[in-house]
Amino acid sequence: MKVLLVDDEKKFVSALAQRLSLRGIEADWVTDPTEALERVTPGKYEAAVLDVKMPGMDGIELRRRLAKIDPTMKFILVTGHGSDRDYDVGMKEVSYYIIKPFKIEDLVDKLRGLSGQ
Amino acid sequence: MRRLLFRFSPQFLDAGSGGESRTVLFNYRRIWLVSVLLLLAVSILPMGLLVIISSQLAREAIGSENRLRAVRLTSNTRRTISFFLEERLDALRFIARQESFRGLNSELQLAYLLRDLQMGFGGFVDLGLINADGLQVRYAGPFDLTGKNYGGQEWFRVCVEKGFFISDIFLGFRQIPHMIIALKVPKKDGSFYLLRATLDTRKIIRILSSLELSEGSDAFLCNREGLIQTPSKYYGNVLQRFELGLPGYSPRSRVIEARDRKGKPILIGYAYIKDSPYVLILVKRGEEIMKGWFSLRTKINWIFFLSIITVCVVVLGISTFMVNRVYENDQARLRAMERLEASSRLISIGRLAAGVAHEINNPLAIISGNAGLMKDLFTLKKEYREDPQLIGLVDDVLESVERCGEITKQLLGFARHVEARVTPIRLEEVVAEVISFLKKEASDRKIEIQTDIPSDFPVVFLDRGKLQQILLNLVNNAFQAMDDGGRLQIKARERSDGRVEIEVRDTGCGISEEDQKKIFEPFFTTKGTKGGTGLGLSITYGLVQKLKGDIKVRSALGKGTTFTVVLPLKIERKEDEGPACG
Repeated sequence: MKVLLVDDEKKFVSALAQRLSLRGIEADWVTDPTEALERVTPGKYEAAVLDVKMPGMDGIELRRRLAKIDPTMKFILVTGHGSDRDYDVGMKEVSYYIIKPFKIEDLVDKLRGLSGQ
Repeated sequence: MRRLLFRFSPQFLDAGSGGESRTVLFNYRRIWLVSVLLLLAVSILPMGLLVIISSQLAREAIGSENRLRAVRLTSNTRRTISFFLEERLDALRFIARQESFRGLNSELQLAYLLRDLQMGFGGFVDLGLINADGLQVRYAGPFDLTGKNYGGQEWFRVCVEKGFFISDIFLGFRQIPHMIIALKVPKKDGSFYLLRATLDTRKIIRILSSLELSEGSDAFLCNREGLIQTPSKYYGNVLQRFELGLPGYSPRSRVIEARDRKGKPILIGYAYIKDSPYVLILVKRGEEIMKGWFSLRTKINWIFFLSIITVCVVVLGISTFMVNRVYENDQARLRAMERLEASSRLISIGRLAAGVAHEINNPLAIISGNAGLMKDLFTLKKEYREDPQLIGLVDDVLESVERCGEITKQLLGFARHVEARVTPIRLEEVVAEVISFLKKEASDRKIEIQTDIPSDFPVVFLDRGKLQQILLNLVNNAFQAMDDGGRLQIKARERSDGRVEIEVRDTGCGISEEDQKKIFEPFFTTKGTKGGTGLGLSITYGLVQKLKGDIKVRSALGKGTTFTVVLPLKIERKEDEGPACG
């Protein structure tokens, strides 16, 4: 499976991509939400892991736009801020909501779960 | 004594006087003092003025009443004495009309007449007939005075001149106080003769002594030279000089104020008796005069005194009560302010905690990710995979990151109640969260924590933050009440009335019956100075109220305390968007 990682923390997102590929998940990463919009074409990615708080555009907004481009795409939101409101909004629209820091296994399990559906 | 005084002194008196941490808005002592003084002044001053004025008036009234009475008595007595003398003269006039000179010019006839006078009028001692030359031609009486010549004497001259004469009281050769009256009677041939009678003073003394005089008063006659004529009780003997001196001549009865030889105030009433040498003197003592006034003044003073006491008591009572009320209200306001402050402080702490947690979470994620990647990379390379120390180091990093993550998650969970909202809550999660805060303390102090929440316990729709804080406060409280090695139980059950009940039970020191009533009051604390603010349970109470619930306490001293919180299954979402802990 192929996933797109979007997070403004380059160190975080690059390491994450590498770790995922070590676990057999091909991951592209970008640090700019607008770049993510350019990257995505219908059917290119099975899922996307988005940071909620990013400069320019937040993860929730980005998810909406990406879903327009590819409605079959699944989304996992990641945030360092565990507020209830984000959680509520997030849960309505995305499959998973993960709070940083998390174990890689959790993310892998969730991604595998999504692709298995 | 001091303790007793302390017990009755109002709270505000001690406000701000040392060792007081609570703010004092005003100087209540001063307010109280001003109020007391002002009220006392406006009530006692007019009253005092009234008393002074009225007693002055009463004094004057009584004084003038006394003077009037003295004047009346003096003038009545003067009239009586005047009349007495006039009557004696008239008796002589009657005789002169009745009898001719010839008729009178007989010892026997004169003796008869004297007897008649003594029987009819009384007081006559003797009777004499004196010719124009002053020779006593006939005499009736106890002495032999026939042939005595009065021609050269003063009285004879006066009588001839004025037609009658009334003498002073004098001793004469008889050495008995007596007085004489004489009448000039014209004869048909142009010459005249005199009728002269001697009167004893008993009758006139009787007149004076029959006056109903009060103790210390005196009434007597003086002559115009100031010699006392009739016996006086206090002011000298007969024929001595009146020691206070004769008041100046006045045609009418008068009263003057004077002082006696001891300096005591007296009232002297006097009257110059017309056609006689007598001056009537009436002396009243000051104490006697003002006797009525003194008793009245004593009464007024008593009433005034009692009124002042009453006013003082009432003023003190009212001022104390009012100022105490103001003080209590101020204190209540202060407490509310302090609570608000505490709650806003809690909110800021919550926000700060959330911000910090969020900021830390991002770097933590990087550490976690990179350490994870390192481990992955190590695992791929054979030479590293075989090195247990390297893998162990990385595992330690990952484990630490995980622990940090747990802490920040808890902080975020704690901060979340800042946003007061109703969400579906699984109670066991909240309880576990609360306990997690105190896990370390529990294990340090060997406090056993038991939770008993049935697996079919319903999901409740409440404000998570509030519920969390309620439980946290209660658990905290329990921890503070317990010694090391205690046991804390948290039980929950669904009640038949569609509400849920959460019980927090400790094996702590317990709360006395008396304190149980006050335990939810703000600032009530049994922990003394080392303990908390006394706000915990009152905040808890407020929170429970906001969740439309009830909280009760059961406790036995030395055995432990059980707090029971009863909450509805859900509350309306709209209810109260204010701060969670206010």
